[in-house]
Amino acid sequence: MAIQNKPAQWTAAEVKEELLKKYPPKVARKRSHSIVINEGAAEAPEIQANVRTIPGVITMRGCTYAGCKGVIMGPTRDIVNLVHGPIGCSFYAWLTRRNQTDPGPDGENYMPYAFSTDMQDSDIIFGGEKKLKAAVQEVYDLLHPKAIAIFATCPVGLIGDDIHAVAREMKEKFGDCNVFAFSCEGYKGVSQSAGHHIANNQVFKHLVGTESNVKEGKYKINLLGEYNIGGDEFEINRVLKKCGITNVATFSGNSSYDQFCTAHLADLSCVMCHRSINYVADMMETKYGIPWIKVNFVGAEGTAKSLRKIGQYFGDKELIDRIEEVIAEEMKAVEAALAEVRPRTQGKTSMLFVGGSRAHHYQDLFHEMGMKTLAAGYEFAHRDDYEGRRVLPNLKVDADSRNIEEIVVEADPNEYRARKSEDEKEKLGQAGFKFKDYEGMIPDMEKGSLIIDDLNQYEAEKLIEIIKPDIFCAGIKEKFSIQKLGIPMKQLHSYDYGGPYAGFKGAVNFYHEIDRLLSSRIWGYMKAPWQENPELSATYVWE
Amino acid sequence: MLLRHTPKEVMDRHAVTINPAKTCQPIGAMYAALGIHGCLPHSHGSQGCCAYHRSALTRHYKEPVSASTSSFTEGASVFGGQSNLLQAIENIFTIYDPEVIAVHTTCLSETIGDDIKQIRDKASKQGLIPEGKHVIYCNTPSYVGSHVTGFSSMCKGMTELSESTGRKNGKVNVIPGWVEPSDMEEIKRLAGLMNVPITLFPDTSGILNGPLTGEYHMFPEGGVTVRELIGAGDAIGTLALGEWCSADAARNLDTKCKVPCKVLDIPFGLAATDRFIDTLRTVAGTSVPDDVNRERGQLVDMMSDTAQYYYHKKVALCGDPDQLISMVEFLVSIDMWPVHIVTGTPGKKFEKRIKELTAGIPCEVNVRAAGDMFLLHQWIKNEPVDLLISNTYGKYIARDEDIPFLRFGFPILVRVGHQYFPNVGYKGGLRLLERILGLLLDRKDRDDPETTFELTL
Repeated sequence: MAIQNKPAQWTAAEVKEELLKKYPPKVARKRSHSIVINEGAAEAPEIQANVRTIPGVITMRGCTYAGCKGVIMGPTRDIVNLVHGPIGCSFYAWLTRRNQTDPGPDGENYMPYAFSTDMQDSDIIFGGEKKLKAAVQEVYDLLHPKAIAIFATCPVGLIGDDIHAVAREMKEKFGDCNVFAFSCEGYKGVSQSAGHHIANNQVFKHLVGTESNVKEGKYKINLLGEYNIGGDEFEINRVLKKCGITNVATFSGNSSYDQFCTAHLADLSCVMCHRSINYVADMMETKYGIPWIKVNFVGAEGTAKSLRKIGQYFGDKELIDRIEEVIAEEMKAVEAALAEVRPRTQGKTSMLFVGGSRAHHYQDLFHEMGMKTLAAGYEFAHRDDYEGRRVLPNLKVDADSRNIEEIVVEADPNEYRARKSEDEKEKLGQAGFKFKDYEGMIPDMEKGSLIIDDLNQYEAEKLIEIIKPDIFCAGIKEKFSIQKLGIPMKQLHSYDYGGPYAGFKGAVNFYHEIDRLLSSRIWGYMKAPWQENPELSATYVWE
Repeated sequence: MLLRHTPKEVMDRHAVTINPAKTCQPIGAMYAALGIHGCLPHSHGSQGCCAYHRSALTRHYKEPVSASTSSFTEGASVFGGQSNLLQAIENIFTIYDPEVIAVHTTCLSETIGDDIKQIRDKASKQGLIPEGKHVIYCNTPSYVGSHVTGFSSMCKGMTELSESTGRKNGKVNVIPGWVEPSDMEEIKRLAGLMNVPITLFPDTSGILNGPLTGEYHMFPEGGVTVRELIGAGDAIGTLALGEWCSADAARNLDTKCKVPCKVLDIPFGLAATDRFIDTLRTVAGTSVPDDVNRERGQLVDMMSDTAQYYYHKKVALCGDPDQLISMVEFLVSIDMWPVHIVTGTPGKKFEKRIKELTAGIPCEVNVRAAGDMFLLHQWIKNEPVDLLISNTYGKYIARDEDIPFLRFGFPILVRVGHQYFPNVGYKGGLRLLERILGLLLDRKDRDDPETTFELTL
């Protein structure tokens, strides 16, 4: 398939019809609910999300194990992540997500290692618990880590190995090493999302609240749902520090064991990726009285807005003034970069199909560059990430979600401390401050744009053929089929080995990166001179 | 230090694998299946397997890697994956319209015992497989063997298409083993020079090293065709390159279609290439043309021109059995000393073969099948080397121990070239030497004091 010249303007409804045309009727029916048009109504339209992928359709999605071990626990540098299963699952999650970390010259750092029980057929037949126990013992003897996390892969659940019993037994045996387990078999749920939930539960159960030596600081926050891809967390932390804000714990980019354990002593939870971590944010509030707010450090405006929100929460003039100073100082470079790139980026178009929050957050960066997002969607999000948390009470729990554990937490008799009284909360509310609020992606998108959940390869190809955006954003699996069509493709999972893109410096990096992609000469070489003018009108006469 | 927790002292481990030197079967099956023209590999399991394999292959090739999945949920894991696979087959032929679907299994579907042949037959009875289209399959339980085993199983799965008409077609089957598209192209070029008609399968050239033209074809021009695979049953013989990767398929063709086979090493380096050319010449009853002799002579020439730099240099290697065997033979042939050799793939035969190849080396040689890179690193700490040869993951060891590092094997993530420049044949030997020499001399130039830093070789 080759891209034709930009066709006459298709309406969103026509595009949707075209996307569904080739499908068998049952598939078309199902997909039609996952493809919605933003009519620009006051309430976002309902979209089908977090449902099973149709077998045989080439999906972008991964599995629950990937969400748990790969995403949430991957960046934990001083916890040995031991994968219980055949070798592949451990191998593929080994250093492939670009989570950067700073353990210092002598700190513990197991991230460059992959640990696996490498189950063999005899373990499948006779059970793998014995081997798992021996593996935990060997890790302990060899490394003496603070903590060992065990991850289940598909066959473990099927053969019924009790990984939690093994963890309990070994933890008791060692006395000085926290051992805990995650039942994150790949077949659970419908995407990575179930794995995030499972990871959140166990981190909350086994880590949070177990230590009391918290970092000193006047304004203490936790940063939830930031994974330090390409150094994002480094940049956000730089800005926070400059403002005088203390980040107690990041879940989980550039994290350390002790940070998780003292997270209950922060005074505010700031949620970056709502999809992957809102469970922890809620539990922190219920158990410890720490309120949470949605922030977004992707985009310079979003970063400024998020900082101001934190300032408003603490309500201290010294902090509020400092934040304004920092923003003013940092925005100089941002504005200079924008002035440089905007002549080339203004009016260009993008599509984003990625993650559970990135497809939303990155629209801000494109918006800052004067670019328009024509279509977007998530890989593993739920309806609330599209339509906002107002839909939460109406979400039906289906068979695939029902078996993902929901843990019930209560106010801790000793550690619960309401950080804000109801009065204070109300006052903040009257000033327009919103706790526990996320409005989702759709309200931020333009009228007539398309929102598509769990986009597949066929639909991606069709979208490009019909709409021909100037840039397309997704992941590594999608990258090269898009680029074969001559459309620059930016990976928003791994950033194409670039970054950071968060915070102020990250925004500047991103503007330059997109400018580079859009202005690159490379896309002009796809046709040879003789292919552009194939007909010979006369024989060349040598002179 | 990146691998700061790796101690010098080697502790016996029986249960935990650290920094694996292998991955699981299905990715090998997926890679092999991509070498069939018009084929969509299909992963029968959870969708994470497919996503991981596609990501790994895409990062290695920087090319689109399309593959579909049965997207198991908990329900399918309990009740069996038949309905998922039937749906998948219908959807794939309707939406993507491939010539062939190549199904491989996963630890999930293997543990629950899905019978792919029965499901395929059911799909056929239900009319879900269009006329003239095919569904082939192989079993690739992740808890047996390694990615190499999966590659081998899919090659064997391909031979299930082969038929014997009783009339030989004069062609020679060549099963290249797990090598790069550039290597497959080189094998075809060599056979062309020798005027021997071959059927190469799998053949990923043209598929995983495609051009950028502004067009995207989900099924590019390359790959062995179904017609050629059917015809493989009428070949005069099969050369299987690599015992681990290719022998099973060749033996299956022998059993099934009475096509005699020879199992050779993958032609990396002089001696293995000599054996390949010599065998091809013999089975096809042809003589070796001057062009090939000249290429051989060029390799020998370069070996002799640069011999002094390789002499008695110690090398550590990590990779897959077939690749390591030829590579070790080549290194020994230029007077290098491969002293630490690890593969993650099980098989005691490997250790025996390496011991034979390195028998003449006057120092201790460590070799381990079913080993891991953690062990390799420990060996290096105990007996340092001048060169490390492994896939991309070796860069952590190379940096910590400050060793020149040759990326060789799978996967290679942040270097290019393997798609385009072969390592097999005499030309491939030249490239290997060029790269090894460059690494050794760059190191010498870096480390020589100014007084002995020199311009000329």
